[in-house]
Amino acid sequence: MSKSKMILAVLASLLLTTLAGTAYADYALNFPEPVAPLTQQMYDLHMLTTKIATIIMVIVIGIVAFVLIKFRKSKGYEADQNFHKSTFGTWSWTLVPIIVLGIDLTIAGSATDALQQVEDYSQKADVTVKVIGSQWKWTYEYMDDDIRIVSNMLPKEEAGDNYLRAVDNPLVLPTGKRIRFLHTASDVLHAWWVPQIVYKKDSIPGYINETWTNIQKEGTYRGQCAEICGTGHAFMPIVVEAVSPEKYEAWKAEKLMVAEAAAAEASSDKTWTKDELYARGEGLYNTNCSGCHQVNGTGMPGVFPGLVGSKIATGDIDAHINIVLNGKAGTAMAAWAAQLNDLELAAVITYERNAWGNNTGDAVQPADLKSARK
Amino acid sequence: MNAVIHETDHHHDHKPTGYKRWLYSTNHKDIGTMYLVFALVMLFIGGAMAMLIRAELYMPGLQIVNPDLYNNLVTDHALIMIFGMVMPAAAGMANWMIPMMIGAPDMALPRMNNMSFWLLPAAAILLLSSLLVQFIPGTGVPVNTGWTIYPPLSVQVGMGMDLLIFSVHLLGISSIMASINIVTTILNMRAPGMTMMKMPLFVWSWFFTGLLLIIVMPVLAGGVTMLLFDRHFGTSFFDAAGGGDPILFQHLFWFFGHPEVYVLLLPSIGVLGLVIPTFSRKPLFGYKPLVYFMGFLFALGLVVWAHHQYTVGMSLAVTTYFMIGTILISIPIGLMIFNFIFTMWRGSITFETPMLFAIAIILMFSFAGVTGVMLAVVPADLQYHDTYFVVAHFHYALIPGAVFGLYAGVFYWLPKWTGHMYDEKLGKIFFWWTTLSFNLTFFPQHFSGLAGMPRRIVDYNIQYIEFNQVSSIGAFAFGLSHLLFLYIIIQTVRGGKEAGAKPWEGAQIGTPGLEWSLPSPPPFHSYTTPPEVK
Repeated sequence: MSKSKMILAVLASLLLTTLAGTAYADYALNFPEPVAPLTQQMYDLHMLTTKIATIIMVIVIGIVAFVLIKFRKSKGYEADQNFHKSTFGTWSWTLVPIIVLGIDLTIAGSATDALQQVEDYSQKADVTVKVIGSQWKWTYEYMDDDIRIVSNMLPKEEAGDNYLRAVDNPLVLPTGKRIRFLHTASDVLHAWWVPQIVYKKDSIPGYINETWTNIQKEGTYRGQCAEICGTGHAFMPIVVEAVSPEKYEAWKAEKLMVAEAAAAEASSDKTWTKDELYARGEGLYNTNCSGCHQVNGTGMPGVFPGLVGSKIATGDIDAHINIVLNGKAGTAMAAWAAQLNDLELAAVITYERNAWGNNTGDAVQPADLKSARK
Repeated sequence: MNAVIHETDHHHDHKPTGYKRWLYSTNHKDIGTMYLVFALVMLFIGGAMAMLIRAELYMPGLQIVNPDLYNNLVTDHALIMIFGMVMPAAAGMANWMIPMMIGAPDMALPRMNNMSFWLLPAAAILLLSSLLVQFIPGTGVPVNTGWTIYPPLSVQVGMGMDLLIFSVHLLGISSIMASINIVTTILNMRAPGMTMMKMPLFVWSWFFTGLLLIIVMPVLAGGVTMLLFDRHFGTSFFDAAGGGDPILFQHLFWFFGHPEVYVLLLPSIGVLGLVIPTFSRKPLFGYKPLVYFMGFLFALGLVVWAHHQYTVGMSLAVTTYFMIGTILISIPIGLMIFNFIFTMWRGSITFETPMLFAIAIILMFSFAGVTGVMLAVVPADLQYHDTYFVVAHFHYALIPGAVFGLYAGVFYWLPKWTGHMYDEKLGKIFFWWTTLSFNLTFFPQHFSGLAGMPRRIVDYNIQYIEFNQVSSIGAFAFGLSHLLFLYIIIQTVRGGKEAGAKPWEGAQIGTPGLEWSLPSPPPFHSYTTPPEVK
C-alpha cells in the first residue's frame, strides 16, 4: 500500500504534467471528495482549470519538442534571418493576447459565478457557529444555543494514524442545514479550513469573517489551521462530525444537560478531597494543557516550560492560581478564566501540584478560585 | 580625477590593489563581481536552511529542529534567497553588463554604487543575527512568522524581529540606490546611436525592474517601520484593539511583495532574451512587442497585489477586480513564452548549457504560469491558499523563472567575465542534475497541497509521508548539485580554454552586441571614447 503509493508519487513527479490531467481522485493526488454544494463548485472549477492547464502544457511541450527536433544545427538547419520580419513576425503579437484573453474570460466567467455563491449571505442560516482561533486550539460557540466547545489536539497515543488531524471535542453539525460560520481570533491570525465542507477565511483578532456551507453527507471531516500562528501552528487540527438533524438535536440536548449539571456541581459549596480533585484534574490536564506542557509535565525545553518541580507548580498557591487564571503576557500561556469553571480549574491546579513527583499535598478548592476571580 | 591620471599614464588597465580595490571600489565590474560573490555565498546559506527544512520534513515527528526554529528557518530561507541571492545576483549582472552593453564607461553614480553594495553585508549580518539571537536566553520568541511577518504574530516575536526589520531597512536602501543608479545609467549613459529601442532586452528588463523597486521598496520600509512602532512605541497601526487593522499590513506588504516577484523574474527574462537568439543564431522574435508587454507587465504587476490575500475577507467587488487583474497577467507572460519559442522557430539551434537552461525555463515557467492562473481563480484559491500547492507554484515560478535564468546568465557570461571557457561537459551535467532534482522536489508538493497539507508546518500527518520523502530526496540532490556549480565557477575563474572576445557564434545577431566587441576579460575601464553603434 505505502510502497505502491510511493512509486506512484515518484512516477507522478517524473511524468510532470501529463499525469496531472488523468490521475485525479485516487491516492490523494487531488482534493478530497467535496460534500457541500460550494466545495463541489470549487472542485469543479479546479478541475476545469486543471484541464485547461494540462492542454496548454501539452501544446507548449509539443511545439517546443518539435522546434528542438526540427531546427537544430547538428541537422544542418540554417537559421532564417528574416523570419521576424515576415507578416507572421509582424502581426503575431496580436495573436497571443486574443487567444489568452479568450481562455482567461472563460475561466473568469465560471469563477465569478462561484464567487457570487461564496459571497451570498442573504439566506438565513439554520445554525450559526462562531469559530474562535487562539494559540493553539479552536473554540466553537453555537450562537443560538448556550453551547461552547473547546477543541484541542489529541496526543499521538490517542490519535494514532490521525495524529495532527484529530481532536478531543469535534465540532458537531447537522447535515442538510445551512450553516453559517463567523470567524475571529483571540490573539493572532489563524485560518479555519475543512476542505471537504468549507473553504478558508482568515480568523482575524478584532474582525469577523463569514463563510457558509450545507453539508450533504454524514461523516467525520478533518482539516488544519492554515495561517501561520506561531509555535503550535502545526498542532491545531480541526474535526467536524456531520450527523443527521435528529442526532444533532439529541446531541445538543445532552450537551446542554451536562453543562447545566457541571455548572451546578462547580458552584456548590462542597469541599473536595485531594484524590477526587486529582482524578478529575488528570483528564482535564491531558486534554487542555498537555499540548504544550506534555503529558509527563516536562514541557518542551526552550519553547514551553516544564512543570515538574517548577517554581510555579511547587511554590506559592496563589501565584499558581493567578497564572492559570490570567495567563502570562508575552508568552504562549493562555488565560483559562473563561474557558474552565472553578471546579475544573481547581482540579487541574491540584493535579499539577501533586503529579510527576510534585508532592506538595495541596488540594485547591473551587472556593479558592472563586475568591481569586474577584 | 582618476580618469585624468589614467590618460596621462596611457595605461587604461591600471587598477588599485589589495583590499582598497574592493572596499573603495567605484568600478562597475569589480562591484558586479562582489555582488555575484555575495549572492553565491548567500545561495549556500539559504540553501543550507532549505536542506534543514527538508531534512525535518523527511519523516513525520520532530527530529532535528523545534517548531520555532523551523519557522524561523522558513522565514530566513525566503528572505535570504530573495534579498540575499536573486536580487544581488541580478544586480551583479546588471553592474557588469549594462554599461558594457550600452557603451557607457561606468555606472552613472559610481560612489553610490559602492555604497549600495556595502550595505548588503551589513544587512546580511543583521538578518543572520535575527536567526541566531534566539540562542541567547531572554531574547524572546524566535521569528516564527514566515517571511510575510504578519502582525499580530510579529508583534509577539522577540528581539529577532527588530533585527529583521533593521535588516529590511538596509536592504531596501541598498536596492533603491542600486535601482536609481541603473535607471539613471540606462537613461543618460548610452553611447551615441544607442537608442532605447536598440538596447538589448536585458537592459530593458532591468529598466523596468529598477522602476518597480523605486516604487515599491519605500512602501515595505514604511510598513515595517509602522510594525516597529507598534512593537515598541505604543502605536496601534495593526492592532484592532487600538483602532488599527491587521490587514493593513498585508496590503502594504503585498503592494511591495507582488511587484517584487517581477523584480525577481524580469532580469532573468532579460537574460533569456539574449541567450535564446544567441544559440538559435537568429534575431529575437518580436523585440518591440516584448518591450511593450514588459511595460504592460510592469504596470499590471503594480495593481494586483491583493491576490495574495483572497482569504482575508475583502468585498465581492474588490475580490473580483483582483481576480480578473491577476488572470490578465497571463497575457504578457504568454506573449513572452510565445516569442521565445518563435525565436527558436526556424533557428539553427545548438545546446550549450545556457541554452539548455533557457529551454527548461520556457517549459517549467509555463507550468508555473498555468498553476498561477489556477491560483488566481478566487473560489478555487480559497481551497489552495496556504497549502503546499502554493509552495510548489511559487518555487516553479521563482526557481526556473529567476534562479535558472541567473544560472543561464552565469554560464553565458562567465567566458566574458573571466576570459576562460567553462567545462561544457560539467555544465551539462549540472543542468540535468539540477533540473531533474528540482522537479523531483517540487512537483510532488502540488499533490500534498491538494491533499490538504498546509504550509509552514513542522510536523505532518502520516498521510503525506510519501510526497514529503520524495520531495526531500529531490531537495538533497538539488542542494548537492550546487557544489558542482561552485566547482565549475572556481575552475573557470582559475583557468581554462581562452574564450576570445566573442565565445558564442550567434552572440551579436540582432543586437548591437557592444559587450562582445570588448576582449574577454574586458579591460578594467571598458570605453575611453564612446563606441560606435551601427
